[in-house]
Amino acid sequence: MKLELRGLAPGTRLGVLAGLGRSGTRAMEVPGCLLYTHCGSVPHLTHDTLDALGRLPAVTQLPLATVAEHQEVLEAFREGAAKLAGLHDTVLFCSLQDPAAPCPAGYNTSKSVSLWSAAGRIELTVPKYVAMQAAVRPDWYQSLADGDAQPAGSSLKRVRRSVERTLTHLDECVLLHQKTAELVGAELFGVVEGADVREERVRSARETAKRPVGGFVLDGFQSGVMDQALRAQLIAAVTAELPRDKPRLVLGVGRPDQVLSCVEGGVDLFEGFFPFVATERGCALCFRFAMEPDPESAVQEQNGVTEDGGSSRTEDPEHQDLQQMTRFEMNLNDRRYRDDLRPLVVGCGCYCCRNHSRAYLHHLLVTKELLAGVLLMLHNVSHYSSFFSSVREALATDRLETLKSVVLGV
Amino acid sequence: PQGVRTEGAIAGAPLVLRILAECPVSKARACDMTLPHCTVNTPVFMPVGTQGTMKGVTAEQLENLGCQICLGNTYHLGMRPGPELIEKAKGLHGFMNWRRSLLTDSGGFQMVSLVELSQVTEEGVKFRSPYDNKEILLSPEQSIAIQNSLGSDIMMQLDDVVSSTVTGPRVEEAMRRSIRWLDRCIAANRNPESQNLFAIIQGGLNSELRHICLEEMTKRDVPGFAIGGLSGGEEKDDFWKMVTLSTDHLPREKPRYLMGVGYAVDLVVCVALGCDMFDCVFPTRTARFGSALVPWGSLQLKHKQYAKDFQPIDPECTCPTCRRHSRAYLHALLKCDTAALHHITIHNISYQLSLMQSVRQSIIDGCFPQFVRAFMDRMFPSREQYPRWAVDALASVGITLN
Repeated sequence: MKLELRGLAPGTRLGVLAGLGRSGTRAMEVPGCLLYTHCGSVPHLTHDTLDALGRLPAVTQLPLATVAEHQEVLEAFREGAAKLAGLHDTVLFCSLQDPAAPCPAGYNTSKSVSLWSAAGRIELTVPKYVAMQAAVRPDWYQSLADGDAQPAGSSLKRVRRSVERTLTHLDECVLLHQKTAELVGAELFGVVEGADVREERVRSARETAKRPVGGFVLDGFQSGVMDQALRAQLIAAVTAELPRDKPRLVLGVGRPDQVLSCVEGGVDLFEGFFPFVATERGCALCFRFAMEPDPESAVQEQNGVTEDGGSSRTEDPEHQDLQQMTRFEMNLNDRRYRDDLRPLVVGCGCYCCRNHSRAYLHHLLVTKELLAGVLLMLHNVSHYSSFFSSVREALATDRLETLKSVVLGV
Repeated sequence: PQGVRTEGAIAGAPLVLRILAECPVSKARACDMTLPHCTVNTPVFMPVGTQGTMKGVTAEQLENLGCQICLGNTYHLGMRPGPELIEKAKGLHGFMNWRRSLLTDSGGFQMVSLVELSQVTEEGVKFRSPYDNKEILLSPEQSIAIQNSLGSDIMMQLDDVVSSTVTGPRVEEAMRRSIRWLDRCIAANRNPESQNLFAIIQGGLNSELRHICLEEMTKRDVPGFAIGGLSGGEEKDDFWKMVTLSTDHLPREKPRYLMGVGYAVDLVVCVALGCDMFDCVFPTRTARFGSALVPWGSLQLKHKQYAKDFQPIDPECTCPTCRRHSRAYLHALLKCDTAALHHITIHNISYQLSLMQSVRQSIIDGCFPQFVRAFMDRMFPSREQYPRWAVDALASVGITLN
């Protein structure tokens, strides 16, 4: 795996992660987002509907939490989770928790971390964890980490402990990784913890960077857990300590404005769960990311008419949990879409927007039909993916500020 | 020799039936039925997309499976989102973006089976909407008006539906009323040039009443006939006798639609008895319980025995699910994402459509009786386990299972 960054303005990271996968032939553009899955399947989608999305991210994310209960099956199968899931041509990143599911804190010990799966809590020591990863056979995976210290209300002692434990787990992971045949060729990512304590963040980053890891996972910055301003500061502090030539992935950040802030702070990769959480609330992503102004809609906006009928709120509460609708979406459950025969987003080229209307989506949601999830997921993944293309385009042409205004609608 | 595919309405003849082959032994036929949206090859199984959607399967996926015609329900769509919106969206075809053929039922069956305290009078069926508690009357005229707005290729008359387990004077009353309602439906059809109205033969399990109904309804100039009032819990022995009685007295040159029939054995037997079209929620509904249909029965994929079974559902099936996924993966995915249901739905629809295609081809090739024997042999572990009614029904049309 090799990160090739373009020589742009200092602090700007834009490039390609090349030489990926066991064959070493795949590549992923950064900044980018991974393809989020449950147990190897993009939620709601079968392979054919997934195909309708066109170019997919090169790296697929499999949260271990969504596959942990099937360890025995994977061991009997002997060819790894990607193969079992019918994902033939992808690079698989196995993270720990599911970013779209709650992870209650308070269960980690000095020797173990608790994983929250559909079958309940699974307690993992490093050897158990590595055995699970051996069954999964990922291309990349994160080390076992203690992410328990939530900023609000964590004592300094607890924060320090989580940093210590995470480093200890990493060292043990490194040793076991080297002895595990199924993980030969896989990249191990170290995890940076430290909650909201700058000192601890810097320490965690420095120490992790000393270990032989292929990349870095930034934990404890999840959307519901930390506000934007603090996150921006701490991420900058963390990435300043990390080597330039290794990728940085932040966990649990999906909202477009927060993505942009993290990109500015030196983050390369994001989990792709945001389209899914929007889908689950019956919402379609509709925020703008086209940097070329569209004259018609500019006039409409000036006249107080928004094309998409989206939320008129201009701000979202900082500590927003995943269940709440953001200003970046339109809620198709709303009666106003009942006879709106326009596509979800005018000009969107996804399968849903080419073939169906808001009225149809509204009908599917009202009647609780399964197709609602399929179509919304298709649109949302497509929209979000195009957003990331726009991010890369903005970085390449030094227009990140423009993109920020467009996305925030200001 | 195969039917020509035409898109678009044929002026004055929205349904043209071409009989390609007739089994020299049984009453089975293979036909091409040309409808305004596309030609349908029969015998055909029509998947049911109740609320304007085939559950988790997109219109494109359904088309790629080879489906030429599917169903929508007038009762459900008439309630939500309502005929006005659908008409505005260019009919049900436009609303769900399905460009091939559609059949809508009248709403009669749903009202009686789904709605509490529905009351049937000569006028129509009175009931309370479960959504806003308002009292609604579904008359023959109203049902046809809704179906005209939906724009389906085939519409069903509103019939007075009575359960097949009911006996006594109610059965005759319902049969006679259905005839009167047929005439009202014919009169109410705004689009006779682009929408086909089918009659529904009633009469319960009473041969005499069925005879009367057949005699009367076949006097009306409708493009096709359905056999109704069956597939509702009656004894299979009674069921098949009514089916064969009906096909004996329906015109050869018009399609015969047996409503609510969908289990594989029932489909094969009823093709032998002369039926061309079938519909049933079973394959798609059972998929959502994790049950996959196979030529030898069904697999309950939620069961532990499949946890480490790395074969596809059916190693000989060429559907997208079987080409890519194993029973073990589906078993695991069933615990964690709805995509599992879609995979199984796709397989089950494919199974039903492939079954009918094989049936059709065997009729065209002149070896339908051999097909039936091989089918039964695959489906049941031994001859002793062949259902008695199926053996009798097949024997009645010259197919012996020795």
